[in-house]
Amino acid sequence: MNVILDINRFDPERDSESRRERFEVCVEPTDRVLDALIHISRYEDGTLAFRKSCAHGICGSDAMRINGKERLACKTLIRDVAEADGDIVTLDPLNHFPVQKDLMVDQSEFLARFRAVEPYLNPKEAPPPNGEFYQSAQDRALIDDATKCINCGACYSACPKLDENPYFLGPAALVAAARFVFDSRDKGLDERLKIVDDADAIWSCDNHFDCTRVCPREIKITKLINLMKRTVNKYKEGQL
Amino acid sequence: MRFDYDVVIIGAGGAGLYAALEASGAGKTAVISKLYPQRSHTGAAQGGIGAALGNLEEDNPEWHAFDTVKGGDYLVDQNAAVILAEEAVRAVYDLENKGLPFSRTPEGKIDQRRFGGHTRDFGAAAVKRSCFSADRTGHMILQTLYQQCIKNNVSFHDEWQAVDVVMDGSRITGIIAFELSTGELHLVSAKAVLFATGGFGRMFKVTSNAIANTGDGPAILARNGLPLMDMEFFQFHPTGIRKMGILITEGVRGEGGMLFNRHGERFMEKYAPTLLDLAPRDMVSRAIITELSRGNGIQGSGAIDDWVNLDASHLGKEVVESKIPDIADFCRTYLGVDPAVEPMPVQPTAHYAMGGIPTDVDGRVTDGTTLWNGLFAAGECACVSVHGANRLGTNSLVELIVYGRRSGQAMAAYVKDAPAANPGSAGNDKLAHWKKRIEALKKGGKKTGDSMEAMKETMMTNVGVYRTEKNIQKAVKDITALRASFGEIGAQDRDAHFNMEVLSILELENLLDLSLHTSAAALARTESRGAHSREDYPERDDAQWLKHTLSRLDKDKIKLDYKPVDVSRWEPKPRVY
Ligand SMILES: Cc1cc2nc3c(=O)[nH]c(=O)nc-3n(C[C@H](O)[C@H](O)[C@H](O)COP(=O)(O)OP(=O)(O)OC[C@H]3O[C@@H](n4cnc5c(N)ncnc54)[C@H](O)[C@@H]3O)c2cc1C
Ligand code: SF4
Ligand code: FES
Repeated sequence: MNVILDINRFDPERDSESRRERFEVCVEPTDRVLDALIHISRYEDGTLAFRKSCAHGICGSDAMRINGKERLACKTLIRDVAEADGDIVTLDPLNHFPVQKDLMVDQSEFLARFRAVEPYLNPKEAPPPNGEFYQSAQDRALIDDATKCINCGACYSACPKLDENPYFLGPAALVAAARFVFDSRDKGLDERLKIVDDADAIWSCDNHFDCTRVCPREIKITKLINLMKRTVNKYKEGQL
Repeated sequence: MRFDYDVVIIGAGGAGLYAALEASGAGKTAVISKLYPQRSHTGAAQGGIGAALGNLEEDNPEWHAFDTVKGGDYLVDQNAAVILAEEAVRAVYDLENKGLPFSRTPEGKIDQRRFGGHTRDFGAAAVKRSCFSADRTGHMILQTLYQQCIKNNVSFHDEWQAVDVVMDGSRITGIIAFELSTGELHLVSAKAVLFATGGFGRMFKVTSNAIANTGDGPAILARNGLPLMDMEFFQFHPTGIRKMGILITEGVRGEGGMLFNRHGERFMEKYAPTLLDLAPRDMVSRAIITELSRGNGIQGSGAIDDWVNLDASHLGKEVVESKIPDIADFCRTYLGVDPAVEPMPVQPTAHYAMGGIPTDVDGRVTDGTTLWNGLFAAGECACVSVHGANRLGTNSLVELIVYGRRSGQAMAAYVKDAPAANPGSAGNDKLAHWKKRIEALKKGGKKTGDSMEAMKETMMTNVGVYRTEKNIQKAVKDITALRASFGEIGAQDRDAHFNMEVLSILELENLLDLSLHTSAAALARTESRGAHSREDYPERDDAQWLKHTLSRLDKDKIKLDYKPVDVSRWEPKPRVY
């Protein structure tokens, strides 16, 4: 079938505003949107800029807004976003990120917020010599969801709170915090209370759920943030 | 610009990051990566990392080493395999201690599952050796190591693409790198440089590899006169998603999944009566292609783009969702199939480069006679060789940690006494050459599409699971022609900043060079061993061919040379399972 990709093109070094450009591409309904982008760049317009790598939804390179919704181009099939011949699919860069060129966005601030939550294990105790920390299957299950994050930025783009409060750490950074706060091997809130218990951290979220809706890893982000809120309150009341 | 370091690590996958953690204490260290570290393809690894922890069943490293040697069809350097298996246990504990969220047994220990070719007691029966985190083991390794790099303040130059090395005789003095955001070319001096640039499956049409897996490291070194080792050995994983090549981990079979042809026959019974579906990958891939060509594929067309079914539905929803959740997600997304209900349509997919940059057991680049001072390689781009003619599942992730660590330590020791790096006029000449070259590419020309497709097509058809003299000759001819016309290719994008097109042209050049290595080495090897399966020479021929291939690029030809295999521990035997 033929679909029309309507792409937001912008080069801050050259353009004062963005323009839209349309490409008609011949695709199978089961092709990925990424396949269509690659086809354009390899055969039609070599200047089209977008990131990519794994092509199956695990590296986090190609989050963008497809028909207005944050998705990975490699995890979105044409048939998910276009029904009939001649349908138009719009592609735009993520919100809340400065655009570098076309669909490429600057992730430095996003990643700085990720690093700000100290996303690494601070073990409670020294590891056993040549051995493993034990962790029950139940305790392991508590962090399962949060460990799936690929830092694609989709949630950060979708979050309406970032329009109101640009200093909000954002959903992804809080997922990274939750991944360690709830790890039975980690010092948890003993180390991270100051980071998460903050007006620009968990308390900035007021449950819009847009992050959860767009996460390509299906992480229940809002639920994790709420769980952290409850845990922080209990911790401060000395109930943990 | 000019940058000066003691240690430069090219690549931020599992191998590069682990080496960085080891080396960064010893001197001024930087990691250069064309992708953001978290985007590296190590994150795609699913099934597990092998180590004889014996958490569920009796196991020991000696069995693991033996399986590795036998799985590699005796082309493995046996001492290197022993090191791999012995240090694997430590490596897994170390990852766990750094925070890796392994799946757990009911007692809270690291869970383990079966994987192809991993056995108890030298082949008696399959053993649970693969340590895993659901089907996201590589993702967890990559994340854990990156987290540790943040904790330890490792410095990164993200989205810098290495394009060349600067050598002073057999000593490395620096590299040339292209910075994506500005288009600037940098001369980076270093006493020690580690290549950890990953695989190059993108030379084939159907592959599990990322778009970024273009073999830049091996190609750069080969253009600088270094030999590559065992390039004819490329592993086809038996179970890729039909047409797309996306991997369905062997872990599915490890959990009890089975392969069926169109008659509902569990055909592996015919090909590997003991290990069945868990025979090594080369055997299972051949079995599938044989079934397809006999018209036993699901369509029955007899063509190699037919497929077979991988059935895991009997495992039930709970096992599928807890042990292979991402696989279930891929199947739903890309096929509209729920593996808890229906079988998955699969066919072999180009997966893993056994060959690459030849190193010793400390990651130092050497062909056995020459040692290149200061030059190191680890991970999939390196050839130690621990995988020989066919890698066992779970052994690559082990290699990243074990040999990433050894390389990191060796570099740390090396830079202590090594003289200061001085790229001198050779460095400036190369920098000037690359500035000119990039500008020339921006003058425009043919787009990459046709050449890229032609390469993938010929490599897949002619240097795939089964090979013959006639087919491989065809590939050599096609690739030679594509290399000859490469100069016609140019970029439409004239920008300095974020010029992805220029970089993709350089990547295509790398893949074309490596395709020539692979096909020329495959043409010469007139035997069948591991993943190299010659229909015209179906037997393994130890008398003539128990040796590593060394291939050198000489303008438009490949010159071949050979090097002995370390068989000091186990005598080569016929490989039956
Ligand atoms: C789908 C899939 C599943 C797998 N599952 C398993 C498994 O379960 N168990 C197992 O043992 N193995 C598995 N493997 C194999 C294993 O994952 C890989 O071999 C391994 O992760 C490679 O790691 P690496 O560090 O060598 O390279 P990569 O992780 O690929 O990293 C390469 C790095 O090099 C950088 N780079 C490349 N070129 C340049 C350049 N020119 N300049 C600068 N930087 C550059 C990239 O940015 C990247 O950071 C799997 C492989 C695939 C494809
Ligand atoms: S939480 Fe989900 S949407 Fe947000 S960065 Fe992680 S994977 Fe992407
Ligand atoms: S290309 Fe990796 S997530 Fe899409």
